[in-house]
Amino acid sequence: MINLTINNKKFQVEEGTTIFDAAKLNNILIPHFCYMENVHQIGSCRICVVEVEGGKTLMASCVTPATEGMVVHTNSERVRDVRKVIFELMLSDHPKECLSCWRNQNCELQDLGNLIQLHEFRYEGAKSKDVVDSSSPSIVRDSSKCILCRRCVTVCNEIQGVGLMNPHHRGFSTFIGPSEDELLGESVCTNCGQCVLVCPVGALKEKDSTAAVWEALYDKSKTVVVQTAPAVRAALGEVFAYEPGTLVTGKMAAALHQLGFDYVFDTNFAADLTIMEEGSEFLERVTNAFTTKEKDHVLPMITSCSPGWIKFMEHRYPDQLAHLSSCKSPHMMLGALTKTYFAEKMNINPAKLYVVSVMPCTAKKFEITRPEMFSNGLADVDAVITTRELGRMIKDAGIDFRSLEDGEFDSPLGLSSGAADIFGTTGGVMEAALRTVHELVTGRELPGIKLHIKPLTGLSRIKTAELKIENPLPAYSFLNGVIVKVAVTSGLKGAAELLEQIKNGTSPYHFIEIMGCPGGCISGGGQPRPVNDAIRTMRLEAIYREDEGKLLRKSHENVDIQMLYRDFLGVPLGHKSHELLHTVYTQRSKN
Amino acid sequence: MITTDEVCNVLTMTAEEKYDLLKSVIIDYERKESNLIQILHMAQAIFGYLPVDVQHFIAVQMELSVSKINSVLTFYSFFSTQPKGKYTVSICLGTACYVRGGKEVLNKLKSVLGIDVGATTEDKIFSLSVMRCIGACGLAPAMTINKKVYKQVNANKIPLILGMLK
Repeated sequence: MINLTINNKKFQVEEGTTIFDAAKLNNILIPHFCYMENVHQIGSCRICVVEVEGGKTLMASCVTPATEGMVVHTNSERVRDVRKVIFELMLSDHPKECLSCWRNQNCELQDLGNLIQLHEFRYEGAKSKDVVDSSSPSIVRDSSKCILCRRCVTVCNEIQGVGLMNPHHRGFSTFIGPSEDELLGESVCTNCGQCVLVCPVGALKEKDSTAAVWEALYDKSKTVVVQTAPAVRAALGEVFAYEPGTLVTGKMAAALHQLGFDYVFDTNFAADLTIMEEGSEFLERVTNAFTTKEKDHVLPMITSCSPGWIKFMEHRYPDQLAHLSSCKSPHMMLGALTKTYFAEKMNINPAKLYVVSVMPCTAKKFEITRPEMFSNGLADVDAVITTRELGRMIKDAGIDFRSLEDGEFDSPLGLSSGAADIFGTTGGVMEAALRTVHELVTGRELPGIKLHIKPLTGLSRIKTAELKIENPLPAYSFLNGVIVKVAVTSGLKGAAELLEQIKNGTSPYHFIEIMGCPGGCISGGGQPRPVNDAIRTMRLEAIYREDEGKLLRKSHENVDIQMLYRDFLGVPLGHKSHELLHTVYTQRSKN
Repeated sequence: MITTDEVCNVLTMTAEEKYDLLKSVIIDYERKESNLIQILHMAQAIFGYLPVDVQHFIAVQMELSVSKINSVLTFYSFFSTQPKGKYTVSICLGTACYVRGGKEVLNKLKSVLGIDVGATTEDKIFSLSVMRCIGACGLAPAMTINKKVYKQVNANKIPLILGMLK
């Protein structure tokens, strides 16, 4: 243990603790800006400087370890003066157009200004950057607002392993982004949006789709259909000052009806459908592997719900694409069904249908532009808005979200099981699939408390589990005694680790779930800020609560899914499924 | 190991041979990210500068993103992404040279050559750069062309000096 004095009070902290953490542990708050606990602590913004007695200069408290006998002042005259000047210099190269900025009142630089309280702008000079890159369908980069904190650099390199966001040039000319000659929309960017999620200011944002959605809502000739992803309901409440982890499923459905959407469907319905298709595809691959001598089976099979992950795979492992399940992601399935099954049933011209997906994800905005996601010349989904964008629309429409009575999803694409709910979190797709696959193979429920596979839950980067098949039904007798090995990861760095194993031929797994964002969709690039592990955990628990609160827990027991197969699709992996619910992938360049 | 001689032969090499040589450099440096600066040095020695295609080649060979390569090379003023001309004209803008008219000389150079600082003329003859004090304050304003120093340069004489080189 180390003894130190902060603001005239004596404390003991463990060796290796930074001054910042030592202060925080003892309820002394040091103003900070670029700091992100356990993720980004490099002292780049200098806002968290403190005075250490005997030290020549002030020190960035987030990177300076506490040492024995240290005497620290966090709010001395010198510290407060310097902090103010640092903030003024930041502002001297930042446009002050807060009223027209999408981050207005949700901006960490404004929060800092509120704390420091300037009365004038003493430093006004040249502005270093003015590039706005809107080439990507998912993310807009406005370099004029960037304050060079480098959080996006850390998540893009250290967490996601994509390595696209980097500082270029030096000094006043420094800018953060892909290199000068690269556009986001033409680069290896996976559109995961983790950079957007951590940007403290308005320099990185999702490409706005709300204008297009409003336009469709005002167009009397269109039938506008909306669907919501599993993770949205566990985070949307935060936009309206609910505690993280508050489920707002009913209020969300009510708000969407009030916004004027003609039908409010649930992507969860299609998550159940995904399990039917993906589960069947997995069983088909396993059957091939265990019953034929040919080596044409491709295992492990990898889930394909996360479009950020898909694009990463297409760039980084173009030779391994056969491992991906051919299933479209759930909202694309629902879009395709809306414009066929639903249009037929309701006798609506599909060309007059406008499908909007509310997603926790920025990559979905890219996904709907893929040429494979069009059927008969019509886009499966017409617009994607993020959870944050939906929050803005609800506020803009003057809907008092907190006072809404709970509403419901519309039939026939609204009913879903608990298995679909857990698609929103890391480990969920795998658990949902195994609930169905195990029962199809053995005729018995998946063993485990409350149908959960404990080792696959939680926020660890790579999680693995084994499931022994015992006494299968006669049709699957060849699987008797087989140990099915599965792995789950979230965040692209873990994905790369598992893919390297596949590339080297050492992967022991049969089935792998990969979600592009750390923690899964609950902390996707389109979710409300801030996101840290504590908030991830609260959202994750909400998702499992939603699952456990339902009587219907397994996808194959969803009666509306059964009806869909009976009336329209036929059987899983049938002709119509292949046409509407499955897709192909594209080999892309590594750079 | 690549020898200095091999690098000296680059003037007579085809583009393909240059890329082969760069590849062997990268292999010599074990494709390690920590050796990136040395690799960029060699690449610039081979190609004369580091255009986008060369950055892409290095990125693929080293399994790094091209943005990462670009990030490192744009940090150091030694590396250039533009081809250098036959002559690099550098004007000193240290304090002494500045007050003795270095800025006027620079403006004259820009207008005569029709290029900005850091650029190269279309005929690949001249590149223009700026230095901060070369320790020749007594000769202010000083200018260098390749390694030759020109003293007390008068803006009006610029066309004559450049004309003699062509």
